[in-house]
Amino acid sequence: MDKALLIFRHEFLHTIKRTGFIILTLALPVLALLGIGVFHIISGVARPPVEVTRIGYVDEVVGFDQFTTQGNITFVRFDTREAATQALLKKNITEYFVIPPDFISTGIIKRYIIQKEVTPPPATTIAIKNYLSSNLLVGKVPASTIDRIEAPLNLVTITLTSTGAVAPQQGGFANFIIPGVFSLLLMFALIFSSIYVLQSLSEEKENRLMEILLSSVSTRQLLTGKVLGLGAAGLAQIIIWVISFPLLLKLASSSIGGFISTIQLPANFLALGVVYFILGYSVFAVLSASVAAISPTVQEAQGYSSIYTLFAIAPFWCFSLLLLFPNNPVWIVFSIFPFTAPVLVMLRLGLTGVPVWQLAVSITALVLCIIGGLLLASKLLRTYILMYGKRPNLGEIIRNLRSG
Amino acid sequence: MPAVEVNHIVKSYADKAVVNDLSFSVAQGEIFGLIGPNGAGKTTTIRVMMDIIKPDSGDMTILGEKLSEASKNKLGYMPEERGLYRKLSVIDSIIYLASLKGMDRHSAEEKADELLNQTGMLANKRKKIEELSRGMGQIIQFIVTIIHDPELVILDEPFGGLDPVNIELLKRMFLDLRNQGKAVILSTHQMNQVEELCDRILMINNGNTVLYGNLTEIKSRYRSHSVILDFEGELAQIQGVTFKRTHKGYVELVLDGNTTPKQVLERLVSTGIVINRFEVATPSLNEIFLEVVGKNYG
Repeated sequence: MDKALLIFRHEFLHTIKRTGFIILTLALPVLALLGIGVFHIISGVARPPVEVTRIGYVDEVVGFDQFTTQGNITFVRFDTREAATQALLKKNITEYFVIPPDFISTGIIKRYIIQKEVTPPPATTIAIKNYLSSNLLVGKVPASTIDRIEAPLNLVTITLTSTGAVAPQQGGFANFIIPGVFSLLLMFALIFSSIYVLQSLSEEKENRLMEILLSSVSTRQLLTGKVLGLGAAGLAQIIIWVISFPLLLKLASSSIGGFISTIQLPANFLALGVVYFILGYSVFAVLSASVAAISPTVQEAQGYSSIYTLFAIAPFWCFSLLLLFPNNPVWIVFSIFPFTAPVLVMLRLGLTGVPVWQLAVSITALVLCIIGGLLLASKLLRTYILMYGKRPNLGEIIRNLRSG
Repeated sequence: MPAVEVNHIVKSYADKAVVNDLSFSVAQGEIFGLIGPNGAGKTTTIRVMMDIIKPDSGDMTILGEKLSEASKNKLGYMPEERGLYRKLSVIDSIIYLASLKGMDRHSAEEKADELLNQTGMLANKRKKIEELSRGMGQIIQFIVTIIHDPELVILDEPFGGLDPVNIELLKRMFLDLRNQGKAVILSTHQMNQVEELCDRILMINNGNTVLYGNLTEIKSRYRSHSVILDFEGELAQIQGVTFKRTHKGYVELVLDGNTTPKQVLERLVSTGIVINRFEVATPSLNEIFLEVVGKNYG
């Protein structure tokens, strides 16, 4: 068997047996299944009857005597504030409000409660508002107009394709949920996989194993076997997630329904997810190999790696801006920049349509970066992997790279 | 066909020649000592031989050919800085490293059992490397070095950290390897071990050859023209002896240029003293090392 293949097998098997790897891989499907299970358990238990909230009111204007039932809230009329206060203290009502004589000109409603709160509950505010509006407008406009005044807008957005047809992917949160979760997992997968490369090489350097390995294999075989072995483990993780997404979605959609049933996967998302993982992992892996070569200890190597792994996290820092302006030129540039591209492109796929040219340029940039990184990593490994306890400075590294 | 043929290799770091025009050969079926003080260039020479680092100039053949991925399987190398996978078990470490030398799993496990048994380590087969003592780890490292039955074995400071029992064990195994026709290169500071085990040596200092050849010939070259005498009785003045140096339990008689040890022995016998031991004095390798390296030190 080819020696690179032996190293590949060793690294792959060694990695997939790690406790951290197993936990991260199974976390998503297990948590999702757990969530579905918990939903069923809760929904299986008899739901408590919906409680009707009784809110008192004192009408000092006179005329606000209709529409006293608003959803689960029933408004109970009191003649005086004292009577309402007594009812509140006896907990016959949860609160009461007063419509003062000058309400029409001031709009002021005084609300009385017995427990402090930061702000009135939205359900209560809406119920009082609708009750007041309805009473003010009854008999003056048709009932349907009253309904529109209470709920004036139901905005439905339709995305069209370049041909003017209704796009199959309509966007929105239903379209973003899976890419969003996947981007987060991709970020972890990229970081952990590249840390495995870093740890593996640094440990072999620090444990003085490198010299023994290099007496049996070439640096090229070592690098190839290691990067591919650890990458295959990461890819297996991604594939498990990618396969579990549609299955879990189907299960959740059929058993829970509601918003869940509207969740969609963007077109080509799964294929692009795998492609961007492979390319993103390769970029981070060759960089990790270079860092491991020049670092005297595992700790120091991990310190350096935290600098470039920040790029994988960076798209989430600016998430609110990305959400508002997903096609801003800044995001287009970072969708091409190899260290931010994998996670950012996945996020943008869920938020907007990423044009084919941007995907093509982004993938090309990643491939070029991998080729350059491989050449750099091979040279650095050959030069520095046997230098123990010594950290070369930048000038020395550049000189050695130039001299070949 | 020599096991190793090195011709004029040069390796420099930052314009400083660490190995300077070094040439030597190692025959099959011999133990060859590569010796020299710290920083002499021994490890660099070995790394160049193992193709771990490239020389600036010069060439070499290993087992009659340029070192290739295939011929690496015929080499066993135990570096000075030793290491194994700390979290792996003894047997898994041996099998993985043996597989990188071209062994299949079954043969590797079978041979590992045999060597673990031979070295008294079989009970530790399933233990993790991190559970072993330093000396035990070193025995495992030696097993990894020879498990694939290499034709050339390179050992860099193999005795460091070992107790006397394990040193004897390794020495017996080195001699077994030589008797099987393997070439063994032994790099060490322990001159008594070199003297005991090696057939030929290369002594280097500052990357240059300072001594090279058959150990017996080298020692005879550094002979001080004196004899060792352990006797009972009164030692009279002997003709041809220019100086008498007294040591604990024996005296060293320094001869003039015209007198042979045989003539001195005849004269001693004629004096009537009881002779318990009489031998031609040869310097130890350690003394030669100190003399040669001392001259060039600094």
